[in-house]
Amino acid sequence: MKILLQLFWSFLQIGLFSFGGGYAALPLIQEQVVTLHQWMAVDEFADLVTISQMTPGPIALNAASFVGARMAGIPGSLFATFGCIAPACLIVLALAWVYKKYRKLRVIEGALRGLRPAVVGLIATAAITMFSSSFFSGSGASVLIPGLASIGLPGDAVDLCAVGSFAVCLFILRKYKISPILVMLGSGIVGLIVYSIVGL
Amino acid sequence: MSKESGPQPSAGKSAGLSFYMRILWETFKISAFTFGGGYVIVSLMRKQFVEKLGWIDDKQMLDYTAISQSAPGSIAVNASILVGYGIAGVPGAAAAVVGTVLPPLVLLTLISYIYKWFIGITAVRCLLLGMQAGVAAVICDAVITLAQTVWKQSRWAALIIALGAFAAVGLLSVNVMLVIAVCLLYGVLVYGRKPSAKDQEVHG
Repeated sequence: MKILLQLFWSFLQIGLFSFGGGYAALPLIQEQVVTLHQWMAVDEFADLVTISQMTPGPIALNAASFVGARMAGIPGSLFATFGCIAPACLIVLALAWVYKKYRKLRVIEGALRGLRPAVVGLIATAAITMFSSSFFSGSGASVLIPGLASIGLPGDAVDLCAVGSFAVCLFILRKYKISPILVMLGSGIVGLIVYSIVGL
Repeated sequence: MSKESGPQPSAGKSAGLSFYMRILWETFKISAFTFGGGYVIVSLMRKQFVEKLGWIDDKQMLDYTAISQSAPGSIAVNASILVGYGIAGVPGAAAAVVGTVLPPLVLLTLISYIYKWFIGITAVRCLLLGMQAGVAAVICDAVITLAQTVWKQSRWAALIIALGAFAAVGLLSVNVMLVIAVCLLYGVLVYGRKPSAKDQEVHG
């Protein structure tokens, strides 16, 4: 029981103090899981980061389920996950209520009008990460275009499979009302076939 | 935009159990395919809840993203709470959170027992690398549509803010919260006071 409460409390702190999501939470998780409680060794933590990249969901939740299950089985992953989302549930629910009630106020409306374009820019930054890891994957489907790295791009070798399926996916998404999940699955299957043949 | 004009749950009359299950199922599907961070799930949610189902609009989605980014916790969970609440109040938020949390909870619990083996599977790596191209397309699709939305609202000011935020965070690694604070302040000062700021901005 003690370990369950410890997991809950540790991940509650991670959930409460990790702003901005994603990899911003990584140092906090490491501090709780590796340094403070020694639930994992450093190399196991590195494995966890790799697994997080290979599985869906935010890294803090992935860490909660993974560490929780390893320390205390299924109850462990439940307690850790619940701790991780508990602060957000309360705080964001309160914000959701405030938003619904007061978003017509001129000050709030103005603030949101200033924020919305910034959010578009922030979402676009996520594309940079995806572009650099998929277009410049260095897989067997790459062709060398000298000079790309010198203009600030991540490398000289462009992954043709990635560029091709990106273009097709974007065309389909713009043209048809199709589930984005199907589009992503499609590009995944293309990748599975192509990269299995030409190599990663 | 609301083509299908789903159940109108704000009155509470049609928001039955099956509707909450529908919300849970939608967020479950989205969460199960969210590779690569918070803004990916926002792009997926926009496609599904704004474009396909018409339960919320683009402006709400942008507001939810800004609030998710500013609150503690992961963007995925925060955004699902906001979307769920916006569609069907507190029970809607609960359904959306459960749907969002379940896929990583189940998957990572299972994988924790076999992770050495899982990391080594080449086919998984091939599939994931292939999916990244699709994810990039989903993000670009969202950015194109959302850019049109904010362009209609604030024209050149919107373009400058969007490009500025993109360059500051994506290229210069400026802290996201700082960017949000600056844009929020700008919004309050420029649009927050005057009764009809809308017409004045069009000149740029």
